[in-house]
Amino acid sequence: MTFLFYIFAALAIVGGIGVVLNRNPVSSAFAMIVSFLGLAALYIQLDAYLVGTLQILVYAGAIMVLFLFIIMLLDIKSEEGRQFGVFSTAGAVVVAGGMLLIVAKVLKNFEAGEKALTPLKGAAAETTDVSAIGELLFTTYWFPVQVIGMLLLVATVGVVVLSKRELR
Amino acid sequence: MDTGLTLNHFLAVSGILFAIGLAGVLIRRNIIVIFMCLELMLSAANLTLVAFSRFNTGANGAPDYHGQVLLFFIITVAAAEVAVGLAIIVALFRARETTDVTQIASMKN
Repeated sequence: MTFLFYIFAALAIVGGIGVVLNRNPVSSAFAMIVSFLGLAALYIQLDAYLVGTLQILVYAGAIMVLFLFIIMLLDIKSEEGRQFGVFSTAGAVVVAGGMLLIVAKVLKNFEAGEKALTPLKGAAAETTDVSAIGELLFTTYWFPVQVIGMLLLVATVGVVVLSKRELR
Repeated sequence: MDTGLTLNHFLAVSGILFAIGLAGVLIRRNIIVIFMCLELMLSAANLTLVAFSRFNTGANGAPDYHGQVLLFFIITVAAAEVAVGLAIIVALFRARETTDVTQIASMKN
């Protein structure tokens, strides 16, 4: 269990670093898929099977295919010759490093975070997360589900309008 | 059976991923890669949600599924956001013939 966590966490983090460091956008997109697969494995380790599956289907499947499609449609070449800017790299290291320091400081003093991951037992282990989430979606969260459906419709129409040749 | 894993392990991974995405947004100049780094930051936040949902067990020992429902909504909104964002990038590329954010500075002056 524990070594699997470290393998998949490393996969997610190495994939993330690959997104930032690869010069070719196609390589970045593939590193992103690796990162998402690692994240999905972490979700499944947290007994969130539905969300892990959705992560693979929607993120690693649909969204990254869309990214790759647009990269190929625009025929983007990799950034050649030019190194990353000195100022932007230094700024990024300072900001991201500061952010990491703050996270480390918060986690160090976060006592509730010391709770150990124990396997689900009894009734909790018998109800699947799919049925529990489905029940919530179609009872408590029925109105938000309809709003999300509306949002998807608006997004579809918006994409069609934006993709037209001439914008008026 | 104790797995030796705690909530902090997952939160640390999430924090590292978020910092990587943040650094990517600041370093990279290609607008598509910047967009991918934004998605990475969003996923890092998602991991936090799943971790808190799993460790905040209710009376019967089941995870707090409300957090996972929120994640379901976030994934849906992210899909819509990516579709619209990429359509905007395509429109921008048609107008400017570039994806380099340093070249797209017409609102600067």
